[in-house]
Amino acid sequence: MTTEQRIGQVANYVDERTGAAAWMKKNLQKVFPDHWSFLLGEVALYSFVILLLSGTYLTFWFDPSAREVIYEGSYAPLEGVQMSAAYASTLHISFEVRGGLLMRQIHHWAALIFMAAIVAHLMRVFFTGAFRKPREGNWIIGIGLLTLGIVEGFLGYSLPDDLLSGTGIRIAEAIIQAIPVVGSYLSYFAFGGAFPGEAFIPRIYIVHVLLLPGAFLALITAHLMMVWYQKHTQFPGPGRTEKNVVGYPLMPVYMAKAGGFFFIVFGVTAFISAVASINPIWLYGPYTPGQITAGSQPDWYMGWLDGLVRMAPPLETYFFGYTISWNILIPGLIVPGILFTGMALYPFIESWITGDKREHHLLDRPRNAPNRTALGAMSITFMLVALINGGNDLIATHFDLSINQIMWATRIGIIVLPPLAFVITKRLCLSLQRADRELVLHGRETGRLLRLPHGEFVEVHEPISPEKAYLLTSHEQAPPLALPEVDGRGVKRAGALRNKLRSRMSVAHSEAVPKVSTDDLKEIEHH
Amino acid sequence: MKRLSRYRRHKAVGPALLIFALLGIGTTFSVASATTASQTTTADRSALIEEGRQIFLKGCSSCHGINSEGGAIAPSLVGVGAASVDFQVGTGRMPMADMSTQAMRKAPLYTPEETAALAAYVASLAPGPEIPTEAQLNYERDGSLAEGGELFRTNCAMCHNFAGQGGALTQGKYAPTLMGVEPKHIYESMVTGPQSMPVFSDKTITPKEKLSIIKWIKAAEKEPNLGGASLGRVGPVTEGLLAWTLGLGVLIGVAVWLAMKAR
Amino acid sequence: MSNEIEAIKDPGLPAHVHRKADHDPVAAKRAERQVAILFGISSVGTVLLIASFFIPEDIFIFVPVMGSQNAHQLGLGLGMAISLFFIGMGAIHWAKTLMPDQEVIAYRHELRSEDVDRKEFVVAVKDGVEASGIGRRSLIKRSLGAALGLSALSPILLLRDLGPLPGNDLKETSWKAGTYLVTDPGDRRIRASDLEVGSVAQVLPESDDPEHRKLNDIAKDAVLLIRLRPEEFNLDAERLSWTHEGIIAFSKICSHMGCAVALYEQQTKHLLCPCHQSTFDVTRAAKVIFGPAARPLPQLNISVDGEGFLVARTPFSEPVGPSFWGRISS
Repeated sequence: MTTEQRIGQVANYVDERTGAAAWMKKNLQKVFPDHWSFLLGEVALYSFVILLLSGTYLTFWFDPSAREVIYEGSYAPLEGVQMSAAYASTLHISFEVRGGLLMRQIHHWAALIFMAAIVAHLMRVFFTGAFRKPREGNWIIGIGLLTLGIVEGFLGYSLPDDLLSGTGIRIAEAIIQAIPVVGSYLSYFAFGGAFPGEAFIPRIYIVHVLLLPGAFLALITAHLMMVWYQKHTQFPGPGRTEKNVVGYPLMPVYMAKAGGFFFIVFGVTAFISAVASINPIWLYGPYTPGQITAGSQPDWYMGWLDGLVRMAPPLETYFFGYTISWNILIPGLIVPGILFTGMALYPFIESWITGDKREHHLLDRPRNAPNRTALGAMSITFMLVALINGGNDLIATHFDLSINQIMWATRIGIIVLPPLAFVITKRLCLSLQRADRELVLHGRETGRLLRLPHGEFVEVHEPISPEKAYLLTSHEQAPPLALPEVDGRGVKRAGALRNKLRSRMSVAHSEAVPKVSTDDLKEIEHH
Repeated sequence: MKRLSRYRRHKAVGPALLIFALLGIGTTFSVASATTASQTTTADRSALIEEGRQIFLKGCSSCHGINSEGGAIAPSLVGVGAASVDFQVGTGRMPMADMSTQAMRKAPLYTPEETAALAAYVASLAPGPEIPTEAQLNYERDGSLAEGGELFRTNCAMCHNFAGQGGALTQGKYAPTLMGVEPKHIYESMVTGPQSMPVFSDKTITPKEKLSIIKWIKAAEKEPNLGGASLGRVGPVTEGLLAWTLGLGVLIGVAVWLAMKAR
Repeated sequence: MSNEIEAIKDPGLPAHVHRKADHDPVAAKRAERQVAILFGISSVGTVLLIASFFIPEDIFIFVPVMGSQNAHQLGLGLGMAISLFFIGMGAIHWAKTLMPDQEVIAYRHELRSEDVDRKEFVVAVKDGVEASGIGRRSLIKRSLGAALGLSALSPILLLRDLGPLPGNDLKETSWKAGTYLVTDPGDRRIRASDLEVGSVAQVLPESDDPEHRKLNDIAKDAVLLIRLRPEEFNLDAERLSWTHEGIIAFSKICSHMGCAVALYEQQTKHLLCPCHQSTFDVTRAAKVIFGPAARPLPQLNISVDGEGFLVARTPFSEPVGPSFWGRISS
């Protein structure tokens, strides 16, 4: 029997029981557009797989217990020290299990890359407008995954119960405790009593290894099924329309590329884990509430939150004997809540502003949506300023600055810089549009100078290719919404204020440098 | 690297060198005679103190006052003890190169002999903490590593970081790194509380406990970088930076190559 | 789409450019070899991984930039990285150079269902609702709603025993009138004369079982002892009476988020919290002078016993640690 016959037999067996051949045939020819930025989400997905694999490995030895033990392992500087079983077992993984330290580091590095890839992927989707109809649902799932990722990461690095992670839990506890009315109750429920207690480590362990990964799996599956079903977006260009997808078929090209890319992601993660140490918990020592280390920071995806908390004004109000800690609530809960809600609702906000209810499968070049791009730049600036303040102590010592200066700079910067970033980015986008227009009208500057008979020097311009000209002019430029304040009979319409706001924003949103039309080109030819 | 560049751009390097040269000329004679002052007879001792006084008058009195009584910009040295002088001068912190936020560690300006003379002079003003002897500093024998770690994390890590790498204080001041500091100087700093650092009394942290701390610091200094490059041992900030650059950066590079058409 | 202007026409997909390997068998052979070499490097990586597993764990090698490295760990990691990375490189290079690179066009289907289907769907739902009779039989509807709503209470109730209620727990510490201050670590009583001016000490309340202190207790009990010159204080009479000959004691648990505030600057007499940089002025009863903390650190009323040992004169007069809703209510 040849190999082909044997495979045929297996396929026959499966198909007779599932009828898989029909949809497999169709899906094996599924087309995927090729662009490096479409792989950012894949990096996140593969990092998640790495996290599942390495995390499972770690559970074989990790003991999620706050039970007190005396350390008797091979790391001499901690010999005989009292610590929790969680911390001791993490030391055991690091020093006595061969390959254990490597796996721990792979798990932690993969988590950092996972979050970085999610954020980069989110930025790509935002700046290209890939969240527009019909993909608003998938955008919200994405925001959910980002939020879960932050929580999952925090719980993960809290598990070893070292000095740094214990400090992180202490701060999380303070945030819970600051919630008005029920804060201290919630904290006592979460910790099974007073902080730190013995219940928290085992509880967050089960959340970290079962509850949240389950939620992740469900959401990621939904996320991918939507991508599959709605087909991937593509960048504009000649031959690419709202009605088609141009790219490579899944079998064999994309299978090889995407499959290969998984190994690349795993390989790069393993490489970093081999050459760079991460979270050396044996140096931090076991957690006790009376100790602290200089430069206590969270992992980077929490850093902005810590930076916001650091820069918050010392504000607390007391009334009828009750306390509200604005200095914790505003930076710790209210601002992040507004940010994430705003982010989740953005597709609907934009479609409300533009009045655009159509499907979009062609991506925007960021410059062609100046308002959106500027809004994105503004948000990133906000986050970066907060993130910088989250590391202000390290920045102070490494650049000979003072933490007080940095704190004040970021306190002012977080208010001043984001709007500035908005204005600059918007101007920049419009300038780029203008440059595009020039390019289409007058062609590419060649750098060759020509002397005309009467002595004048001119630079030779070369017309650009029709493909390029099409790319630079294929975007749409919708006019702003026309929302008259009075109806046909001269009566003021209801919700005038809302409409006014909407049309204001619509005007701002549709600001653009007019793109080149064939008429413009004809006119040029006449001259 | 960082320390070097910090020195180089110091505006005070020029003046400091000049002072050094002048002192060199001025003290050639006294240094030559100081080499014989190894026996501690009373006569030698008073000669040493006198020599220290001379150095003090030339190099220190302009700030600390003719009688060490202190001035507008410098504290009194009466009662700070020999240990304090040995730490400040022996680590190059004194004389201060410029009046910036705090005195920093640099190559000492005075030779060990001159430092000893200065210390003897200041100690003669009023009793204060003594310089620990070699025998008192046998931390390998007398210290306990794990106990040192406990003590370090409770008393030192909040300023000097969990691995002794240093950290930020307010208004641009900082707790320096403890890497490469002589055991004697670590000991003296705990006893005397230089600059921003508080004093750790012998009763709350016993001499033996101090040796344990030194033992732990020395072990941290020698500890190999387990699991790869240490990234400065400063916590998650450098880790996040590397995840974005080396991690996601390289992956994006590969992704660009992946999406490029082959020729 | 704005219709006033005529847009530039779509010239269509650019013509496909063939790769070298498509028509040159030598180039194709070369590409095949390259792929094989990449896969080969991966195998070498696996061999390195296997070999490294048996390197004794106490061998250290010096690597530039990285410093002293454990050979066993470095070999394992690099072997794994090489073996995985080059499988990927090989596969992608294969796809790029040898698999078809002509772009394919697929057409999108409209996501919206046909009108007929939508109508039929609405009918089906309506029929179903109608058949169940839930619209007509409001008794069933209401009782079902009530039953479902009530059943959702059970998980809330069953989660009640996640933890006890806080009660007065957050407001109390182990400090009582007459509790001795002892060093942490070490658990030795401290005489006032043990502390020089400018010195600090980390202290805990004396315990019957110092070997087995509970973290829950330390989280509330940790105290920092500082000695200044008495004339440096700028305190009201009551707070001044809580000090002893220049020795002042504060809760080490930050009034902001509970980190250990222990960075004492001897010259400025400032205490700094390394977590969020709240700065407290020791001479003015730990008044907040910078950063997000809104309250001073609670001060412990201390004195000495007959033998000169430091002792708490009263418990803390206010709850220690971060704020909570009922912090100041009785």
